[in-house]
Amino acid sequence: MSTIDGVEAAIRCSDLRKTYAAKPPVEALVGIDLNVRRGECFGLLGPNGAGKTTTIEILEGLLDASSGDVEILGMTWGKDDDAIRHRIGISLQETELAEKLSVRETLTLFRSFYRKGISADDAIALVSLEEKAGSWVGKLSGGQKQRLAVASALVGDPDLLFLDEPTSGLDPQSRRQLWGIIRYFRSRGRTVLLTTHYMDEAERLCDRVAIVDHGKVIALGSPRELIAGLGGEHVIEFSLDGETAEDAFTALPGVDSVVREEETFRLTVSAPHVSVPALMSKLSDAAIELTSLTTRHASLEDVFVSLTGRHLRDDADV
Amino acid sequence: MSDNKSPLGQLIINRVREFYREPAVLFWVYGFPILLAVGLGIAFREQPSERVVVDVQRVERSGEVLSVLEADERFVVSECNEDECRRRLRSGKTAIVIVVSGVEDLAIEYLFDPTRPESVLARRVVDDAVQAANGRLDPVLATDVHFSEPGARYIDFLIPGIIGMNLMSGGLWGVGFVVVDMRIRKLLKRFIATPMKKSDFMIAVMVSRMLFLIPEIIIVLLFARWAFGVVVHGNLVALGAVITLGAVAFSGIGLLVASRAQKLESVSGLMNLVMLPMWLVSGIFFSYERFPDTVLPLIRALPLTSLNDALRAVVVDGAALASLGVELSILSAYAVVTFALALKWFRWT
Repeated sequence: MSTIDGVEAAIRCSDLRKTYAAKPPVEALVGIDLNVRRGECFGLLGPNGAGKTTTIEILEGLLDASSGDVEILGMTWGKDDDAIRHRIGISLQETELAEKLSVRETLTLFRSFYRKGISADDAIALVSLEEKAGSWVGKLSGGQKQRLAVASALVGDPDLLFLDEPTSGLDPQSRRQLWGIIRYFRSRGRTVLLTTHYMDEAERLCDRVAIVDHGKVIALGSPRELIAGLGGEHVIEFSLDGETAEDAFTALPGVDSVVREEETFRLTVSAPHVSVPALMSKLSDAAIELTSLTTRHASLEDVFVSLTGRHLRDDADV
Repeated sequence: MSDNKSPLGQLIINRVREFYREPAVLFWVYGFPILLAVGLGIAFREQPSERVVVDVQRVERSGEVLSVLEADERFVVSECNEDECRRRLRSGKTAIVIVVSGVEDLAIEYLFDPTRPESVLARRVVDDAVQAANGRLDPVLATDVHFSEPGARYIDFLIPGIIGMNLMSGGLWGVGFVVVDMRIRKLLKRFIATPMKKSDFMIAVMVSRMLFLIPEIIIVLLFARWAFGVVVHGNLVALGAVITLGAVAFSGIGLLVASRAQKLESVSGLMNLVMLPMWLVSGIFFSYERFPDTVLPLIRALPLTSLNDALRAVVVDGAALASLGVELSILSAYAVVTFALALKWFRWT
């Protein structure tokens, strides 16, 4: 069994590449290396089309890589497929489970595929769907369907759980419910690999995050480490009435970096209580009108922007 | 640890549940054969032979001819003047116009279009009636014996063909469509992400198809018996065996047709491509023996031909299974080969 820093590895992959035949060929993955430890919740964070789903589906054994090595719980696809399948649970990005089967019938079916596992009713309780146990899948809300999808991944009592965009398109309450389920699973020493394009999800849920862009990992570490890598852990965002060059703010006390995006300036700072008064006095000296000002903690979104100059989501509602 | 259920049993029972919870599907599978049988019942009911419409032009002595024909129940006779008669003939309201042309010695003319079959028939029937009424004697005694015993009528030929046709379209649509639909919904992908055995899934699809079939066949057979007096001459075990084998063969073909398709449109096209030739040549509505001898071996190698032949042998002739070796071997070969190829080529994602 291979180990990472003394901890057993749940997933290892090295130089994973995937090229889709087309004209010209599409390089979905251009060399991904990952080491996921037993017992951690690991997130693949990146914008749509970055290669997250391709990566997770190769790790799940649903897609063949063009090249590269994959090791799941010390086993390899192509050799130990059945043994791996018995020990992992998978929730795909978009599965429409049979609409005319009830929640309990669906989970009893999935349970029957595994040698060991928890009962359908226990799985229902894990995702708090007791009241819907007898309802048809077609009658469930989006959040309930997603919890059922996760329950179908948990019913085989897996050591390793793969979740592809588990909360995509869900309302805040449903997202928090799912986070609770994932945290509970991890608290029992199991491993989770999830993909997401929500930076807050990665920050709150994941022990470590790999930021993926254009088919490769561009940053890796705990959310705290990644944010600390920005220099400051706080962000001051403001916009001005009138033209000012952005280098006017680099010399302010406590400022680590300045990014300008159209009308908005974004300062990364380590001590906002020092930087904000300095900014205000500079602006009033120059008689420049401030049209908006906010301060907040730096997020993985800021990490992504500083690495790529782009937002995680095109609609950028951050 | 809970007491776990068999995956094959679970796959089958859930397919059955999905099926009977879908009213539209229930209609097409069980309602459609009944509609088809009702339609055929109307088309092939035992009706009295059609009466011939005859016009007699109103002239001297035409009353004699009129009374002869009116006394004969085979005719619907009208008497009209010349213009009226010709107008009715032109517009097809009457098959023939009879004109008395000689009064001293009775002579008649038949006015009709020789290209209209019913007019040609009317000419002969009317003439027989008129000649006989005026004293013609037939030198040979002729008696009509109507041959419409159960077992030898068209409907007896047709019902096994309808069952065969249902087995084919049910197998292809019931299996092919369902599988492609599951592929589109990524349910197949979700299934192979579990330790589910691939062959369990395929067997479940075929077995559940078989279960839906039992009521369908019973409905058609009972309706045929009640409405047309069609009886199964062979034994029901033999019939059940032939039907089961046919259903397995066509489920296998359905799986194979659906093994790669990614869209409902493409699987529909493929299924029509597979079914159309068999609709035409495999003897559903008429005997394929009318095709040229050179193509008969090809036709007999088709699965629906073998199935229809075996069904007719059991239903109409009361044949035993042992005498159906060729047909049953062909069907078994289709079942085994298509299932194996489907398992090999099947696209789960």
